Amino acid sequence: MTVALARAGFELKVFFRERDQVVFTFSLPIVLLVLFGSIFTGEYPGTGVTVAEVYTAGMIGAAVLAVSLQNLGISIAVEREEGALKRLSGTPLPKYAYFAGKVGSVLVMALCEIALLLAVAVLLYDIDLPRGTAWLTFAWVVFLGLTSGCLLGIAASSLAGSAKSAGAVITLPFLVLQFISGVFIPFTELPGWLTDVAAIFPLKWMCQGLRAVFLGDGGLVLQPTGSYELAKTALVLGAWVIGGLVLCLMTFRWKSRRDG
Amino acid sequence: MDPVVSIKGLTKSYGSLQAVQSVDLAIGRGEIFALLGPNGAGKSTTVEILEGHRRRDGGEVTVLGEDPGRAGRRWRERIGIVLQTSNDTAEVTVREVVRHFATFYPRPRNPDELIEQVGLGAQRHQRVGRLSGGQRRRVDVALGLVGDPELLFLDEPTTGFDPEARRRFWELIKGLQGTTILLTTHYLDEAEALADRVAVIARGRIVAEGDPRTLGGRSGGRATVSWAEGSVRTDSPTATVTELAGRYGGEVPGLQVVRPTLEDTYLELIGASR
Repeated sequence: MTVALARAGFELKVFFRERDQVVFTFSLPIVLLVLFGSIFTGEYPGTGVTVAEVYTAGMIGAAVLAVSLQNLGISIAVEREEGALKRLSGTPLPKYAYFAGKVGSVLVMALCEIALLLAVAVLLYDIDLPRGTAWLTFAWVVFLGLTSGCLLGIAASSLAGSAKSAGAVITLPFLVLQFISGVFIPFTELPGWLTDVAAIFPLKWMCQGLRAVFLGDGGLVLQPTGSYELAKTALVLGAWVIGGLVLCLMTFRWKSRRDG
Repeated sequence: MDPVVSIKGLTKSYGSLQAVQSVDLAIGRGEIFALLGPNGAGKSTTVEILEGHRRRDGGEVTVLGEDPGRAGRRWRERIGIVLQTSNDTAEVTVREVVRHFATFYPRPRNPDELIEQVGLGAQRHQRVGRLSGGQRRRVDVALGLVGDPELLFLDEPTTGFDPEARRRFWELIKGLQGTTILLTTHYLDEAEALADRVAVIARGRIVAEGDPRTLGGRSGGRATVSWAEGSVRTDSPTATVTELAGRYGGEVPGLQVVRPTLEDTYLELIGASR
């Protein structure tokens, strides 16, 4: 446990030392929120739901997956190629402490990112912060989404042949997911079959859970099923956590392919 | 006393390539043992099997009383590994990374003392990425030593060093009295400077083993006496020199007596096995 905390602290130190990486990782979802919030304005007629609220929910969902799935998928591929993983595997550091350190550091990054996004949403778009039990929903949606994102990121890091290609390999599916899961394009505009595809993956469910938090009952009429399906959300995200864990255990390698 | 490392009949192949063919070795406690050989001879494969980084095909291997292929955390607490060049941990300082690795071990060395010992006292607050190649290698050694290991693996530690940096690095290794060290290198002078015992590996086999000064019958080997007007290879160079001195009636012009260097012996050994 102490070692896992030491790992998380070390990971954060390394992350925050790379200034340009920090600035761009944190600013991307904020810039997108401001862009979309400026291009698309107004309310959904008769609901009291603003477009900015929908984008806030979507951007938080995407940001959580960006710091977990995308960030880990790329950074672990780099660590593998630089020999950092091989070095660690020669020490008594347990694997679980390495993974726990990753998850812990990603959790801190995600909380910073969410705080920044909420501040921007409140200051620029007059979003109401969640109230009462909505915070609870917020917490578990983010927690399950983040955990599945971390595990999938660790698994995805073994997909790319090299650290150089990892960025490209991971960005494409992540970008597609953002388009079909209601992050960039409002979920109400998407054709049904695309939503069905998106429903296989965690991002759609995260965004839906987050809409329950930020849109509240006023947004229910916008949902195709008339419900936020929170139980189903928990089920799908939970399944991805388990699936991600299995994938991780099956595919994780300390060494790069060239290294055998 | 039980050897720290014991290998019997080790074999490993990659596809049709037999990288290691029936290697036997034993390394005693406190010994500095050098595994010497050209690139692709099977050095790194052998060492990686001993480190637990690679699986073997056959043979018996015991490192600190355990099979490295099955050994767990407790065993890793007792070894230290300095891999071939790595480029990680660039963003943190020397002191931060050594202190961090110390948290992995139950009885770590004092990080500050260790940093002094590897000669990085003045660079302790510098980021690892800003150090020179030689200084970075010292960080690697510090990370290998921070758990106070009984056995240290040093895989080609001075590849790419300039001659002065190599000599300073050797002083560091010589100062590690008491730690058993398995060193791989393709530099002969390095093996000669550091090792108590040397084994030469070529094409996956040990072709010679022993004290670096007497390796391959070197001390008893024929010497070459050369002077301005000729040269002879002889088993009794003193007699030849005396005779020459008589012939010239004093100083012999351009006199040289040369024993085979470790390099000559080594080239002969790896040549003979081809």
